[in-house]
Amino acid sequence: MDLTVGPNQFFWTAAQVRDFYESVAKAPVARVVLGELICSKRMSFWTDQIPGAVEVLQRAGKDVAISTLALITLKRERKQTADLLDMGLPIEVNDISALQQIPAGTPFWVGPLVNVYNEGTLRWLAKRGATRICLPPEMPLASIATMVKAGAEVGVAVEVWGHGRLPLAISGRCYHARLHDRAKDNCQFVCGEDADGREVDTLDGQPFLAVNGVQTLSASTACMAWHTEALAAAGVASLRLSPQTGHFADLCQGYADRIAGQISAGDLVAQLLPEAPGGRFSDGFLMGPSGADWSHPIEAA
Amino acid sequence: MMELVCPAGTPAAMRAAVEAGAHAVYCGFADETNARNFPGLNFSTEEMASGIAGAHARGAKVLVALNTFPRAGGEELWHRRLADAEAAGADAVILADMGLLAHAAEHHPRMRRHLSVQAAAANPDAINFYAEAFGVQRVVLPRVLTVDEIAAINREIDVETEVFVFGGLCVMAEGRCSLSSYATGKSPNMNGVCSPASHVAYAEEGQDLAARLGGFTIHRTPKNQPAPYPTLCKGCFSSGDQTGHVFEDPVSLDAKHLIPALAKAGVTALKIEGRQRSRAYVGEVVRTFRAAVEAVAAGRPMPEGALARLSEGQAATAGAYAKTWR
Repeated sequence: MDLTVGPNQFFWTAAQVRDFYESVAKAPVARVVLGELICSKRMSFWTDQIPGAVEVLQRAGKDVAISTLALITLKRERKQTADLLDMGLPIEVNDISALQQIPAGTPFWVGPLVNVYNEGTLRWLAKRGATRICLPPEMPLASIATMVKAGAEVGVAVEVWGHGRLPLAISGRCYHARLHDRAKDNCQFVCGEDADGREVDTLDGQPFLAVNGVQTLSASTACMAWHTEALAAAGVASLRLSPQTGHFADLCQGYADRIAGQISAGDLVAQLLPEAPGGRFSDGFLMGPSGADWSHPIEAA
Repeated sequence: MMELVCPAGTPAAMRAAVEAGAHAVYCGFADETNARNFPGLNFSTEEMASGIAGAHARGAKVLVALNTFPRAGGEELWHRRLADAEAAGADAVILADMGLLAHAAEHHPRMRRHLSVQAAAANPDAINFYAEAFGVQRVVLPRVLTVDEIAAINREIDVETEVFVFGGLCVMAEGRCSLSSYATGKSPNMNGVCSPASHVAYAEEGQDLAARLGGFTIHRTPKNQPAPYPTLCKGCFSSGDQTGHVFEDPVSLDAKHLIPALAKAGVTALKIEGRQRSRAYVGEVVRTFRAAVEAVAAGRPMPEGALARLSEGQAATAGAYAKTWR
């Protein structure tokens, strides 16, 4: 089992992006997916950093893929999706409509925002050219094991969400703009003020969710530190680490050490918690009963 | 005339909808194969067969929703339900999952396939993909599009479109939301439920009634006011110095006055949400909308009629069709 860095979900400055991928290039991860996932309006601010980042990452021996948007609606966005093909990198499909642009026979990856819940869907995508699939984060461990087996039969590597705020929903509506009483078309890019998302609490002050433009995330940070053995035993090919602002290269190193058996789950949790957005961990999608739950509440305290 | 597609959560609601003038009704089996898997709702195999026969006798079509995403290792149940739907005489199945669509196309090629709103096909590429890959003949459009966008989509596709005109509103892209699963472990995609009643708890606290879902407070209302059901995305939350409905106000969709515009945009069918609603509700809404589509087809002005008291929270919106939040 190795490590994959997923596309950054948040709106960072070009300088932040550059520094981030320079540090990821030195981190013990096998592959990196980059590109704008959430909002096409952000693209002009940072995507000119992508060619440089790809070069740095490839020079460091990483496999690199480019992600589509998670929700493609506008004509301009369909064109931008088609243009991704010109980069000569594998595409990670995060909106199924991108498949309409990928020629038959061209291999592609499938991201966690595409609904791949069963063997039938996995097999169909494999026949269409999928070689890697990151499963939806809400899938429980038993289902993951079944999917890994189905993937092995058709040459698809199965990846799961390893660490980061969980992508729970995507909408046509921008919640950052709404919270600032602005229309989406006049958002003034306020999502850039919250580099790990903006927290949403219940009226009783319980941390609950986080908004990131048109995306809704968990307030907690999903953390698979306690489950690396079980996931490796199930045959999972890779753990996906989702970019966050705090000490990300150390986080990659921590998970690499954990997989190599050089650090205990408890020690990894203690190391990662201070930098976790929201300051709390969850792993309930994997183990139940609900996504927000954390299997080791004592360590989290 | 535009086709009016109406909800049938029970055999009684199906009869009420057909009697009130539904051109088609949609329904599901009583299990996790459909996205309204609520206690007391839906059809057994026998009820499905007799319901379809009854609807056909009155000239109405029956569309069977199998619009959840089959569980890994459990696809057999969904496959069996496809066969059950065909055997019962369903006019079409409403599907969302690619694997299930592929299975239906291969094993039940003569049964019409509609793409569920749960597949959230929101642009012409997505729709053409599902049409070409799986022979989908109609697409239920997500509730995130304006009328102009719908017209533009219809110019680029060859399949029929169906749009929601009345009832509950999902503010998230349908079929791509695990908020409920995060709070309760039960999700629309995997279990066919959202914000399930089994995980709802009300508590009187001081002057308030708190409504919680999976332990998370979704609303607090003064005790003497009606308390809305704690649907997660319609909840009242706080973020920074803001408190309110962060995601969506507790309103429901009423696009009756947009029917002429939707007809002009090339829409084939109009859908009413509400399989969880009573047959009285279904009958009244269906009658009102049947009169509206008849008027539009005949070039008459839209009949006035008040459905406001049937709307969630008594507040209605034209939703994304007349987008103000763009």
